[in-house]
Amino acid sequence: MSSLLKITDLHVSVDEKPILKGVSLEIRQGEIHALMGPNGSGKSTLAYTLVGHPKYEVTSGMIEIDGVPLNDLDPCERARLGMFLAFQYPVTIPGVKVADFLRHAVTNIRNPARKEGESLIPMRDFRKELKDRMEELGMDVEFARRYLNEGFSGGEKKRMEILQLAMLQPKFAILDETDSGLDSDAVRVVSEGLRKLAGPQMGVLIITHHERLLEYNVPQFTHVILAGRIVETGDASLAHELHNHGYAAVRQRHPAEAAEEQEHQKVAPKAVAVAH
Amino acid sequence: MLTVTPSRTTAFDVDVFEQFIASRREPEWVTDLRRNAFEIYRELLASELDPEEWKRVDIRAFRAEKFSIPTATKPAAAFDTLLADRAEFAGFITHIDTVSSSAKLDEELAKKGVLFGSLSELIQTHGDVLKPHLMTRAVMPDADRFAAWHAAFWTGGTVLYVPRNVQIEKPLYSLLGLATDGAADFSHTLIILEEGASATLLEETASASSTAAGLHVGAVELLLAARSNLCYVQIQNWNDKVWHFAHQAGRVEASASLQWTAGAIGAKLAHIHQEVFLDGKGAAAEVNGVTFASEKQMISYYTQQTHNAPNTHSDLLYKDVVRDHARCVWRGMIKVAKDAQKTDGYQRNDSLLLSETCRVDAIPGLEIEADDVRCTHGATCGQVDEEQLFYCMCRGLRRMEAMHLIVEGFFQRVYDRIPVEIVRETLGQAVERKLGIS
Repeated sequence: MSSLLKITDLHVSVDEKPILKGVSLEIRQGEIHALMGPNGSGKSTLAYTLVGHPKYEVTSGMIEIDGVPLNDLDPCERARLGMFLAFQYPVTIPGVKVADFLRHAVTNIRNPARKEGESLIPMRDFRKELKDRMEELGMDVEFARRYLNEGFSGGEKKRMEILQLAMLQPKFAILDETDSGLDSDAVRVVSEGLRKLAGPQMGVLIITHHERLLEYNVPQFTHVILAGRIVETGDASLAHELHNHGYAAVRQRHPAEAAEEQEHQKVAPKAVAVAH
Repeated sequence: MLTVTPSRTTAFDVDVFEQFIASRREPEWVTDLRRNAFEIYRELLASELDPEEWKRVDIRAFRAEKFSIPTATKPAAAFDTLLADRAEFAGFITHIDTVSSSAKLDEELAKKGVLFGSLSELIQTHGDVLKPHLMTRAVMPDADRFAAWHAAFWTGGTVLYVPRNVQIEKPLYSLLGLATDGAADFSHTLIILEEGASATLLEETASASSTAAGLHVGAVELLLAARSNLCYVQIQNWNDKVWHFAHQAGRVEASASLQWTAGAIGAKLAHIHQEVFLDGKGAAAEVNGVTFASEKQMISYYTQQTHNAPNTHSDLLYKDVVRDHARCVWRGMIKVAKDAQKTDGYQRNDSLLLSETCRVDAIPGLEIEADDVRCTHGATCGQVDEEQLFYCMCRGLRRMEAMHLIVEGFFQRVYDRIPVEIVRETLGQAVERKLGIS
């Protein structure tokens, strides 16, 4: 039976300011969903909330995987249940080698009951697996010895996120603007990488402004978020339309949310803090 | 009538000193040096410690009278050492409660004239070799009261002498152990490399039990003649009942190179005065520090890099992790003499604070008299970044495990500078042990 990520009437505040105002969404393993929307509409808020960032407060609503509520679980517990976020801006962890970091991560995800200090997966098997995945993604295996994201270019960081996705094989993967800030070659590499990884065992939520990632990973569902609500859901052609014509038509069809969006932007130009 | 007998403090006074001298049966020149140092000690005891070095180090709770130099040899105690079983060593020596035992040196090296053993023995058998070097150039008895105290009462310690152009490939190992409650150790480490010689000495300190209080008033002298190479490592891993005071100095002649790594894991309170002198043209010193203080530990360093000759290079990197109610103090100074043109001096201290209640004071400094030099210094201080923790947790690491990984990563940059693999491993495991994960 395939797993189900179910989001029901989710309300989320940041610093007591409501950002998401009733989001409902169901993603099954094997499905690809696109989430599109203008800046400040709540896309990244949804991503961070799903993986449990402490800054994002769920004021009402539910997040469940196969009926197990995630609301009260910390990010580690959610990851061990199969949630994964490919970060828009991955942090640097100085002095921690990619291989060491991933060996801890992979061991924990595959053995969710593991406690710190208990043995890690065998080095030899892990090395081989890591090398194979890196080669598949066209990455220099030397990267395994570098410190996580230290001195990495934007494209290298994004590729590192996809490598982690490949190693961890989550049930549900959220890609937060993984294609932003990349040149077209890098987008192609990342997109092809994701295409190889996404399969019947993975439900994918692609958050994007652009269409490029979606050309390689055609979504069955496209959701449009405006002022903290999903206002429309369609298929790949909706993504295509938004890409070509922008959000003007969407705003016209949903004047209440459009007005709210305007209101919101007057108070705070950007709800989600993104550090460039 | 009630008579009160005042409790007489016997802490290292004239009587104790005379008894000590009598028990040593040393050559006259050694006794003279001790007497001279004891006079200096008595004088300095009455005067203030240098506030620049000591104002952040509170030693009011220190009671010298609680400690004494052990007189009877105890049965051999078992030590939980970090390094002892880790590699094949060219030589091996242990000092337990100031008594040396089991000194061993590779026979081939002994044939080449290498001396490796306890200072107490070698001062009797090879006094002529040691006399020009023992507390004459690096650690001076009148430096302060602890240096003088040490000079009067040194109890032994490890000596390594390497003749001209002799290369020792494998590391040598030295263990300073404290076993008896209240024992005082005044070990002196003396390393003399003649021209073109090279060696690696790994030294560690350890306690036989976690409860025995102890005192270490030590000195380290590293004397590098021209073109010699020394890698010296000292890992201080006493229990948290030990007071550790040490003067440590290296003198580096022309084109010689010193790599010095100091690990500080243990002690109740540790204060180390550490100096490197670049005395000859092209001399180089790299100083690495790994400090991890927890509970109520206090670990303090006063480091100096003194450039006395042109084209000299010094590079100091200290990394401190502080937790609970612990404190770390680092006061660093680069001094460049007038003639030391083309000096390249660097010092940096990074601290990571793991609790709200710990504290770090890091104060770099420069004193430059030459006009064509490159000297840089820096200090950073911060807490574990919540976004880093969040990221790690999103990859399935529990918060504590993530914290530990970040701490180990923090030290990694110092490990990267240490060429001896077992030292990297040992420090890494000592840190892991203290973090409670191995």
